[in-house]
Amino acid sequence: MSQMIVSVSPHFKDKTSTQSIMRDVLIALFPALVAAYLIFGWRSLLVTAVCVVSCVGSEWLYEKLMGKPNTISDLSAAVTGVLLAYNLPVGIPLWQAVIGSLVAIIVVKQLFGGLGQNFANPAITARIVMLLAFSGTMTTWVFPDAVSSATTLSILKGEGSGSLPALKDMFLGLRGGSLGETSALALLIGGAYLLIRRVISWHTPVAFVGTVFILTLLLGKQPEYQLMSGGLLLGAFFMATDYSSTPSTNSGRLIFGIGCGLITVLIRVWGNYPEGVSFSILLMNILTPYISKLTRPRPLGGAKI
Amino acid sequence: MAGRKLRGIKVPHKKNTADKGPKRMPVPPMVCVPMSMHIGAPAKPIVKAGDEVKVGQLIAEAGGFVSSPIHSGVSGKVKKVEDILLSSGQKAPAVFIETDGEQAISEDIAPPEVHDFKSFIEAVRQSGVVGLGGAGFPTSVKLNVADTSKIEAIVINGAECEPYITSDTRTMIDEAQSVADGIELLKKYLNAKNIIIGIEKNKPDCIKNFNKMFKGDESVRVAALPSVYPQGAEKVLIYNTTGKIVPEGKLPIDVGVIVINCTTLAAIEKYIRTGLPLYEKCITVDGSAVKNPENIIVPIGTAVKDVFEFCGGFSKEPKKVLYGGPMMGIAVPDLDQPVLKNTNALLAFSEGEAQLPKESPCIKCGRCIASCPLKLSPVDIETAYKLSCPEDLEALKLNLCMECGCCSYVCPANRHLVQTNKLGKAMLRSYQALKKAAKEEEK
Repeated sequence: MSQMIVSVSPHFKDKTSTQSIMRDVLIALFPALVAAYLIFGWRSLLVTAVCVVSCVGSEWLYEKLMGKPNTISDLSAAVTGVLLAYNLPVGIPLWQAVIGSLVAIIVVKQLFGGLGQNFANPAITARIVMLLAFSGTMTTWVFPDAVSSATTLSILKGEGSGSLPALKDMFLGLRGGSLGETSALALLIGGAYLLIRRVISWHTPVAFVGTVFILTLLLGKQPEYQLMSGGLLLGAFFMATDYSSTPSTNSGRLIFGIGCGLITVLIRVWGNYPEGVSFSILLMNILTPYISKLTRPRPLGGAKI
Repeated sequence: MAGRKLRGIKVPHKKNTADKGPKRMPVPPMVCVPMSMHIGAPAKPIVKAGDEVKVGQLIAEAGGFVSSPIHSGVSGKVKKVEDILLSSGQKAPAVFIETDGEQAISEDIAPPEVHDFKSFIEAVRQSGVVGLGGAGFPTSVKLNVADTSKIEAIVINGAECEPYITSDTRTMIDEAQSVADGIELLKKYLNAKNIIIGIEKNKPDCIKNFNKMFKGDESVRVAALPSVYPQGAEKVLIYNTTGKIVPEGKLPIDVGVIVINCTTLAAIEKYIRTGLPLYEKCITVDGSAVKNPENIIVPIGTAVKDVFEFCGGFSKEPKKVLYGGPMMGIAVPDLDQPVLKNTNALLAFSEGEAQLPKESPCIKCGRCIASCPLKLSPVDIETAYKLSCPEDLEALKLNLCMECGCCSYVCPANRHLVQTNKLGKAMLRSYQALKKAAKEEEK
């Protein structure tokens, strides 16, 4: 009789895999890509393609050179590429997009040990690096209506001139901004998909968006516009929910979301930048290990030592 | 009554054999009865090669206080007594019996004299019954409480939450009267005033039946529990039926609770009623490689291969065979291994299911934390183990882990979390032993 396979239990496995999770994230990001194409034209697809190819390519190359197992099939590098592209203005020079991708994958992800080991969100960090390095092109916005000249956030801050778009246009995404962040409708569809598929829990987005809403309401800063401006929805559903750089407990996710919301409002209202979503997520990323530790569940029946 | 139920996971039930009443398998030509089928000291064989044995005859005495006697499930002649390597990795003597097919019942069989607590416990000990839910802990030791007035509740475990297995379900259907009479014994001799039968909601017939049987009985109630794995795990069942938490390093009786599996109880009742000890088992035979999934009654010691053969053999080449369910079952290294006292199922899987997917890096998704019924943090335990930090393992309460497998089951990166927990426990044990020795030296 042939030898049997012997292994430690359990001998059953749920079908969910890293790859299936990342595939779900890509699916959830798709409506925003359609919106970007409709709002900003074909160049939005080009920028996204360049970011994805450079992210996946740099991951493959880095792992090849370092003699590490090839992990591009887990699709996480592709997700980073799409997210980075969504955080860029549609007119970004392509070589800058490539540099951003290299920063995201090589510096922020691989140098810290690859998937699951990075303490900061690669796409967010790369966006911030690009904002500081290429501040001109990173703040040159394209406006779909050809009339506006300032982003809603500058107007809300009282810095830009012009009038706010109609709320309906805000919801559909007909405003200036990064190519994947403008359509609230598309992002909400994607977010709902992630919630239904249980890829993310409601805690982070609800805490994040809720905190921004309540604070701007109290401060009289037009919360309905605040929610749909800048990168709040993209950040709350897709970036502040990144597994490795955010807490892994639900109570931790609530704290994380509230912290993100608080920092976002502080920057939007009093800071030097019109937008604070990416800074808020990066700052909270740094606190993640502490939040995770503080919110670790108490084992049932665990004695004190 | 507990307010919030403990976490757990949804696993496919696969109770394919729930409607199949047990068939009795013809006696195999040879059985191999290991002396270590329970937790504790191995039993001591009292037969030698050449001895004639009959069904129900004592062939081994308990090897200590935490141990259990063993009886023959067949009639025939002892061929040899020699050490075998069990699936647990343990080496133990085993009595090989060549059967004669007569199945003559031993003349010694007679119902025991039971009139008080002490004689009841002695009868349970003589019955050879151990925890049949899978743990194999000698039941007489568990029931031998110092003060029966401390017992606030006895929970009858009919949750049977592992996929595939239906042998307890069949006990609750086919031997419902035996379970009910067993409950009366517990009332009488353990002075139990609060008995809870915990059954998962995916067994509605059993719930209905026991509700009917104990209608008007204030001291017995049926708790219909959600079909969530691991509902039948002792600590989970206690919490979900009584709201009590068993503290680390303590036993259920320390919080006034005893949990007893329904099949275990039926076996005790059967012994006290008829004098027939535990020598055969109803087991579920299922899995993707099995031709005709069945519940069958076999003498303890029957070779795994004989059982599968009786069920029509294999439909596909088996690559993995399990004692018990897929969540906590033990993989059997070869098909000559025998059916043990605490075997409740034999599952055979073909290539596709036998190989588990490859490990990939942890993505810190937190699914393991969310799935753990005891609220442990497997991801942090894994990190602490890899960094060789037994202090952290201690602080993370690794010793509470019951290896139910929820964390590994849900892990999208296919991390071997249960395996790591087992290794971590060994690391923690040696650390705690060193700590204790250092403390004593200080004194």
